[in-house]
Amino acid sequence: MSDRSGASVAAGGRTLVVACGALARELLAIVEANGLDRIDVEYLPARYHNTPDKIPDAVAERVRAASDRYDHIYVGYADCGTGGRLDAVCEELGVEHLPGAHCYQFFTGSEAFHEMQDAEIGTFYLTDYLVRHFDRLVITGLGLDRHPQLLSEYFGNYTRLMYLTQVHDPILVEKGRAAAERLGLKYEVRQTGYGDLETSIVGISLSGGRQTADLDEGAA
Amino acid sequence: MAEVEVLEDEIDLSALSDEELVIQMHDDLYDGLADEIFEGTTILLGRGWGPSKVLDEALVEGMRIVGIDFRDGILFVPEVLLSANAMKAGMGILRPLLAETGALPVGKVVIGTVKGDIHDIGKNLVGMMLEGAGFEVIDLGINTDVEEFLGALDEHKPDILGMSALLTTTMPYMKVVIDTLEAKSLRSEYMVIVGGAPLNLEFAEAIGADAYCRDAAVAAETAKRLIAERRALVA
Repeated sequence: MSDRSGASVAAGGRTLVVACGALARELLAIVEANGLDRIDVEYLPARYHNTPDKIPDAVAERVRAASDRYDHIYVGYADCGTGGRLDAVCEELGVEHLPGAHCYQFFTGSEAFHEMQDAEIGTFYLTDYLVRHFDRLVITGLGLDRHPQLLSEYFGNYTRLMYLTQVHDPILVEKGRAAAERLGLKYEVRQTGYGDLETSIVGISLSGGRQTADLDEGAA
Repeated sequence: MAEVEVLEDEIDLSALSDEELVIQMHDDLYDGLADEIFEGTTILLGRGWGPSKVLDEALVEGMRIVGIDFRDGILFVPEVLLSANAMKAGMGILRPLLAETGALPVGKVVIGTVKGDIHDIGKNLVGMMLEGAGFEVIDLGINTDVEEFLGALDEHKPDILGMSALLTTTMPYMKVVIDTLEAKSLRSEYMVIVGGAPLNLEFAEAIGADAYCRDAAVAAETAKRLIAERRALVA
């Protein structure tokens, strides 16, 4: 992603974001759009979305491996179904992670997400990434390609598919519609942009800047 | 491989000995074959097996094997759901027969997915395994608030309350229910077990539950253990 020379690290304040692979496009766009050239991003496999028990150990391993190369490390995961275990790992490692329960929440903003959820409890959420990879992660991941009769067991309590768009690509909006039809759910779309993901990543860049002389110059 | 499949398709369940049929039913449960489980159950009953013996030796034992391979990462959720559906086919025949025997249940359990959560796959598996283990199960369904839990406890007077949650955002509601039981001086009357993908033992202990159950098979084993421990204390 961005340059990671020893000289620039020594010059002051490089930050690593250890993130979910499902956020790769979004983080790349945020880093580029905001000129965050002191932030590097390393990704863990997006498939952990379906096996969140693997996230805390994988994050810890990656953070420990990188800790002597970076001044600051940030974890690009929300709780993501770890039931607070990621909190505990991050506290032990002395690093922070993204706010909220899931990417749905930090894209939407916490208050808006809770309002949406309260309005219709049976809402199944998709993001740009999940729409792009719907067949692999949802249909194949849940075994619905092999056992379509299980659809009602997985989705029988859902009533609505809410597609939270980051870039609002019309092609993806139509893919989202097809996903809703396949699951037998009504379809709604809400444009969120990058939400708290962008705020958080820009925020850690700024807080890192306050700690180092050359970033102060850049900020000035 | 094709020959093997043809041979398997041609297995005449009624031609197998009791022992062979039970082993075959374990395989059929593992493979999620509901029609074969229905047929095997019917055959064993026709040979004079009691419904409890069919349940324990053919169905519950088969699901125990499924549970082990799920725990070990050999089977995954879709396969376990298919196995559960196959077991339901057998249970559909056995349930009325078990009721006719008049045998007392091992204990009574009220279960539900907590408020704000609509996920019930795990809870349904737990209900089925508890029923297979001889418990009477009152299933309150999904999105269950504290008043519904309290109402069911008052109405059914169970031994155990089981709560399930899939979401990090909804699992704290289990503590709301337990705290309410404490506030009403009802906590000691019920044993509380909890489960769900984001939970762990530390969370269960922190909210004051009696046990954390990582999967449906463990839930049934835990419920039996808790009942035995409580009865030993009373005796």
